[in-house]
Amino acid sequence: MTQSAGQTVGPYFAYCLTPGSYGREGFAGNVLAGPETRGERMVLTGRLLDGEGNPMDDALIEVWQANAAGRYRHPADARESVALDPAFTGFGRCMTDPEGRFTFETVKPGRVPGQGNRLQAPHISIIIHSRGMQSHAFGRVYFSDEGEANDEDSVLALVEPARRPTLIARREDAPGGVVYHFDIHIQGPEETVFFDA
Amino acid sequence: MSEEEALQSRDWTVQPPYLCPEYKSTVVRSPRKPLVPLPATLSEMTGPVFGHDAVREIDSDLTRNGAVNGAPLGQRIVVSGRVLDEMGRPVANTLVEVWQANAAGRYVHKVDNHDAPLDPNFFGAGRFFTGVDGSFKFYSIRPGEYPWANHDRAFRPAHIHFSLTGPSFVNRLITQMYFPGDPLLPLDPIFMGVPNAAARERLVSRYSVETTEADFALGYIFDIVLRGSSATPMVG
Repeated sequence: MTQSAGQTVGPYFAYCLTPGSYGREGFAGNVLAGPETRGERMVLTGRLLDGEGNPMDDALIEVWQANAAGRYRHPADARESVALDPAFTGFGRCMTDPEGRFTFETVKPGRVPGQGNRLQAPHISIIIHSRGMQSHAFGRVYFSDEGEANDEDSVLALVEPARRPTLIARREDAPGGVVYHFDIHIQGPEETVFFDA
Repeated sequence: MSEEEALQSRDWTVQPPYLCPEYKSTVVRSPRKPLVPLPATLSEMTGPVFGHDAVREIDSDLTRNGAVNGAPLGQRIVVSGRVLDEMGRPVANTLVEVWQANAAGRYVHKVDNHDAPLDPNFFGAGRFFTGVDGSFKFYSIRPGEYPWANHDRAFRPAHIHFSLTGPSFVNRLITQMYFPGDPLLPLDPIFMGVPNAAARERLVSRYSVETTEADFALGYIFDIVLRGSSATPMVG
């Protein structure tokens, strides 16, 4: 059967998909890690910029990741040798602010198997939906302090070396905790790598 | 089934390209470099799973879930359909979220400043899970058309936004449902951005006498096909 076509999320999704400011509870917010969640706390933050360098202030960013031990909370990841964390779902949503900024409070994901059962470098999957985007953009966030794992990652290896840095979040050991900085350029000379997934 | 067989990539003969110049805000918001093909790993074959206790029965009735002191104005409708994969198999237990303008073409959203009245009894958002046969049903009000700044005298055709999480993160779909016979459809660059007629037709609901509820609501049927297979892949 022919797949259904995507259509833009438009500018007016917040009261449904990120409805906290409307006094309603959504399915997921931008805080993935609670007090009970196991693992290294981290903040993922950055700005979403259009082809002219202007902030995209009305976009929806969604993230999906494994827990700190490297297990996804999903039936397709049935590896009982790696523990699930009852205090972690791995899914988050954030609407960008007037500066185009998004922020997620989470834990650093563990490594999960990839092709040929080789471990992938730690990463977070990311989807960008926005007014002006008919189809979403699908990306991955890797971490700057995982150089060795990144060097042997089979997905990063598919990306031309000059563009790989667009997929790597820069670690900052800030006084309040670990922050990874990840700006997303939808277009332009610094365009972030997006995947056909 | 191998991981590769389990995942169909996006069909770009069906999916709108990022750059649709007639839809003006795509010009600076469209990725231009080639997408990198991504093999399906556990990261792609998994995705959020939600507990059914997260929705209540009233969440699928937009005629009641925003009511303050009466019923919302407008034509009551009941929208039903099925969520299927490309093999035609039902996608069960998947989260569907819907949002729309009220009968006058105004969204509750704080940045919608269109000069049309809000309806104190209409919020315009709902959510539900598909059943084991992929089916869903919700009640609402027929949304109004509304103007937008894309071009001279531009009005969006009446539509309801749909968000589906699907069985895994790569099945994610956000789309819009339209109404049959709407004269604005061929003028709408968002709808016309879908590159082939059969795929556009899939986004237009059909009126159904069978699902129309006597003395109550007009019935529309809208089926959604998620890419790939909903079967659980063998991994590891």
